[in-house]
Amino acid sequence: MWLTDFAQNLINGTLLGGLYALIAIGYTMVYGILRLINFAHGDILMWGVYFALYAVVAFGMPWWLGFLVGIALAGFLGFGIEKIAYRPLRNAPRISSLITAIGMSFFLESLAVVVFGGIPKSFNIYPKFFNHTLIFGHLRIQTLTFFILGITFLLLLGVLWLLYRTKTGTAMRAIATDIPTTSLMGANVDRIISLTFIIGSMLAATSGIMWAMRYPQVQPYMGFVPGMKAFVAAVIGGIGSVPGALVGGFLLGMTEILVVGFFPNLAGYRDVFAYVILIVLLMFRPTGIFTVYSEQKV
Amino acid sequence: MKRISFKTNFILTVIFVIGSGFMLLWASNSLGDYWARIITLMAIYGIMATSYTLVNGVTGIFSLGHAGFIAVGAYTAALLTLPIQQKAMSFFITPLIWPLNSIQMGFLPATIIAGCVAAFAAFLVGYPSLRVTGDYFAIATLAFAEIIRIVIQNSYSVTNGSLGLKGIPPYTTIWWAWGWLLVTLIVLGSFKFSSYGRALRAMSEDTVAARAMGIDVFKHQLMSFVVSGFFAGIGGALYAHWLTTIDPRPTSLGIMLTFFVLIMIVVGGLGSLSGAVLGAVFFAFSAQWLRIVESPMNFFGLTIPGIPGMSMLIFAVVFILIMLFWRRGIMGRDELSWQYIYNHFSKRVGDQD
Repeated sequence: MWLTDFAQNLINGTLLGGLYALIAIGYTMVYGILRLINFAHGDILMWGVYFALYAVVAFGMPWWLGFLVGIALAGFLGFGIEKIAYRPLRNAPRISSLITAIGMSFFLESLAVVVFGGIPKSFNIYPKFFNHTLIFGHLRIQTLTFFILGITFLLLLGVLWLLYRTKTGTAMRAIATDIPTTSLMGANVDRIISLTFIIGSMLAATSGIMWAMRYPQVQPYMGFVPGMKAFVAAVIGGIGSVPGALVGGFLLGMTEILVVGFFPNLAGYRDVFAYVILIVLLMFRPTGIFTVYSEQKV
Repeated sequence: MKRISFKTNFILTVIFVIGSGFMLLWASNSLGDYWARIITLMAIYGIMATSYTLVNGVTGIFSLGHAGFIAVGAYTAALLTLPIQQKAMSFFITPLIWPLNSIQMGFLPATIIAGCVAAFAAFLVGYPSLRVTGDYFAIATLAFAEIIRIVIQNSYSVTNGSLGLKGIPPYTTIWWAWGWLLVTLIVLGSFKFSSYGRALRAMSEDTVAARAMGIDVFKHQLMSFVVSGFFAGIGGALYAHWLTTIDPRPTSLGIMLTFFVLIMIVVGGLGSLSGAVLGAVFFAFSAQWLRIVESPMNFFGLTIPGIPGMSMLIFAVVFILIMLFWRRGIMGRDELSWQYIYNHFSKRVGDQD
């Protein structure tokens, strides 16, 4: 019986971890290239979900088209945010871009309250097939789990392919080390950074839609907790490392589910674990598990 | 450039403080309860903002955990001043633990204890967090603030959990709030212009150079963090007795409050105490004024429905615009001193240097 509980918790942890990993891939990619903690990542996620919801509910699109539209529009949103708010501050002190990113997050939340209203909406636009529960003996697995795992691995491979097998990816990695030199090498830095943001935002929207399929409630502040958790996952795996984000996401999801599974009276403190892990890691191993060595720029 | 002597400076300041006192007296007697409350809030925000700018502006480390210390101060003071019957009534899920359920004290000692507890919390947070720098420090303090909030939300036997505390006596008057703001400004002002403050400014310009000059960076940063935590706790205590109801939702004593205080100090100019006060006054005033946008308007017989959340959106836009085009804020890193005013006007009038 104990073993069944354990296995069930592992399955639940895989689902949650897959979600965290999916969000963290986008987060870590933007950080790895721009060295900017994009506070607005969770809010772009939220906007992507709203876009998808409205595309289906208000414009009568089929659910898969609505999802694609939501992801594409989130890409546009990311493009706009980078162009308007982050680009002018690229050469300013790093803390200024951080403050602006916080302002951007606050702006996106407030705009969502004004445009969509503060009342939570139900995200029930996808076929019920995904919430179907498969039963193997004592174990229950939601179909969504396989779907999320599949998407996470596909996107991970896609991002890795982009970063390490294409010319654009080489330019992105070059920007991460030295922007002026990259631009001397003939790469269009502005365009590459825009592209990074578009891809990061589309990843955020994808993960947001998956998140909404698991927790089908949409509201303007829904992005904060996934955003923070994804950041923790990214730090666990070594922020900036894409495979690390995957591992970090799974570790974080497993830890949360297992601790709550075995100590149910700690359930209220679930979010605390993630933050404690974050603080401890920042203090003793800020490079995370997958150490990406980078020389400090002085 | 003529330097204003210490004596002139002192006399002008005393006149200014007494003058402001009379202004407040007039305001509290003739502007009505509503505006008296707003003016009180200005001073409370002022205390939160000046203590925040000590860390984020003067010391040059970027914390996002201010709301955590405000929450600690608010809860400590409220638990100490709540009448015993009110405590018995509020804590109906789990009774309040022993020493707290039989204590009731005056406002002043409760506020000071709240400040000390918040300062201790700041020490506990700052000691580990200050080992990391830059944006990692911001994230670590944000995580600590969230931990504080979640712990408050779950400790039913101490803080009444998510039910919050109700019926806190409305002790915070204009005089308490502005009096504490004066104390805060005197303490933080002398701190900023002491040798410690100069060391802080040196560190914020160039940490490596400051360390080479023999400044113990960690010790100075920790000290400024703890002092800031103390006044955040005072601000929280006053805020609790202004609101009379507190709860640990993210929108009341959570990340949202840190956002608000951040807006104040960015408007006022990061690193300026007087700028922080100006930013706080601006924020409290415009938050009230912007309520017009959110309530239905009657415009020549045409009713425009109010838009909920619009005022926050306007603040967010203003905040981003300031970060993009006016990063100096109102005061930059300068202080609104008599010397500053004198220089400003002498530059306008003539071209003497």
